[in-house]
Amino acid sequence: MMSMYSKKVMEHFLNPRNMGVIEDADGVGTAGNPVCGDTMTIYIKVKNGRIVDIKFQTFGCAAAIATSSMITELAKGKTLEEAEKITRDDVADALDGLPPIKMHCSNLAADALKAAIEDCRKKRREK
Amino acid sequence: MRRVYLDYAATTPLDREVLEAMLPYFSEKFGNPSSLHSFGREAHEAIETSREKVADLIGAKDNEIIFTSGGTESDNLALRGIAYLNRDKLKEKGPHIITSSIEHPAVLETCKDLEKEGFEVKYLNVDKYGLIDLDELQNSVTKGTFLISIMFANNEIGTIEPVEEIGKIAREYNVLFHTDAVQAVGKINVDVKKLPVDLLSISAHKIYGPKGVGALFVREGVKLKSIQTGGGHEGGTRSGTENVPGIVGLGEACRLAKIRMEDDNSRIKKLRDKLIKGILDSVEESYLNGHPEKRLPNNAHFRFTAIEGESLILFLDQKGIAASTGSACSSKKLKASHVLLAIGLSPVEAHGSLRLTLGRENTEEDVNYVLEVLPEVIGKLREISPLWREK
Repeated sequence: MMSMYSKKVMEHFLNPRNMGVIEDADGVGTAGNPVCGDTMTIYIKVKNGRIVDIKFQTFGCAAAIATSSMITELAKGKTLEEAEKITRDDVADALDGLPPIKMHCSNLAADALKAAIEDCRKKRREK
Repeated sequence: MRRVYLDYAATTPLDREVLEAMLPYFSEKFGNPSSLHSFGREAHEAIETSREKVADLIGAKDNEIIFTSGGTESDNLALRGIAYLNRDKLKEKGPHIITSSIEHPAVLETCKDLEKEGFEVKYLNVDKYGLIDLDELQNSVTKGTFLISIMFANNEIGTIEPVEEIGKIAREYNVLFHTDAVQAVGKINVDVKKLPVDLLSISAHKIYGPKGVGALFVREGVKLKSIQTGGGHEGGTRSGTENVPGIVGLGEACRLAKIRMEDDNSRIKKLRDKLIKGILDSVEESYLNGHPEKRLPNNAHFRFTAIEGESLILFLDQKGIAASTGSACSSKKLKASHVLLAIGLSPVEAHGSLRLTLGRENTEEDVNYVLEVLPEVIGKLREISPLWREK
């Protein structure tokens, strides 16, 4: 099992970046795989259209945790427009690849981030 | 770093004495057991001595033991061997097999394959502990039923099935009974003199023997069709030049199992009980899967709320602890364990499962180390898990 993951996946899995909750988040997004129950939630704090803080919580396998961790690094400091363009492939590439069978089921972080950005925009419109 | 192996249900290390017994048969005693000369005779004698040792462990007669390449082949030979012999005989009545929903894939996939070949198969349900229902078994017997195949003890949750009662029902209806005893042999008493069992599968590498060798007990008088054609080895039942070093290893492992079983298992059971109590006491929302008493002495199987098993295994591996899980994320097909689903767990609950199986080399320090590390690792994973926070 260990050898099927890249060094980078293992590194992010064992030392996840930006793990946790932002209590007063501007946007919160969740993505999940209803078949197996994997769930990830991403919290963003936005200032002047830029993601200034981002945190995640994930219930899932090593790949699910690593992709969550990676996307927080990729998105931090980016504008919402830039961040929403991050794709699943971008996340997988940044992790030096994912095992083929894990590509679809665990690589949900980009979806969760998009949902968090949508949530942020919706809340702003409502204000 | 401390390394603690707690995956003895997956495989066991080869015993030193077993290795010593095997070594000559790789090189100087290399003869083909079928040859008439002295080289052949010494290999042949080694196989027959092994056969006696295997038979002795389970209370069988020597001529009731057939050597195979392992548990999977033994299961295939038992199921297909009996099925192909009955296909034509029972054509009118509809040839029918009864098995359980928690069998090892070696039985389950063979049954599915036999279904494609026109056999009917009934998969019995199990209760929350993994036990089959004897009434359901009895009610499932049809005019065409010729074989019942139910495992002795489950490889994941360790539950021990009521083999004696199953055998009695089989006898009552004049149906053959096969049991996959790969996990049971060497851990609990398996005596075919007392048990109404007709066929029984054994694997060497689960009892400190080598990988790639096993045996099938076939009760005297029970006929089965060979599933492998060739030179007619093993009384015509299993063709192919015998794996002499492997068979010698299996025999020696069985001999040692017979001598050590009682002492080993009372010691291992104590450690296992300490592990179970320690984990249930120290980890919030932890549950034991399988039966509290009717379980293998070396098996501990847990479920932790809001934890995913593959992550748990990899974190434990970082701490030097080797374990396994029934989580979908860790399986080749990304499907939750069929055993855990059969005992009524949801896929999310099956996610959080951990199997710890102990063996000869485990010590009290190993158990203490796990009790020290596991709550910490669970805590860390729950910190990451959104499911834990919602609670």
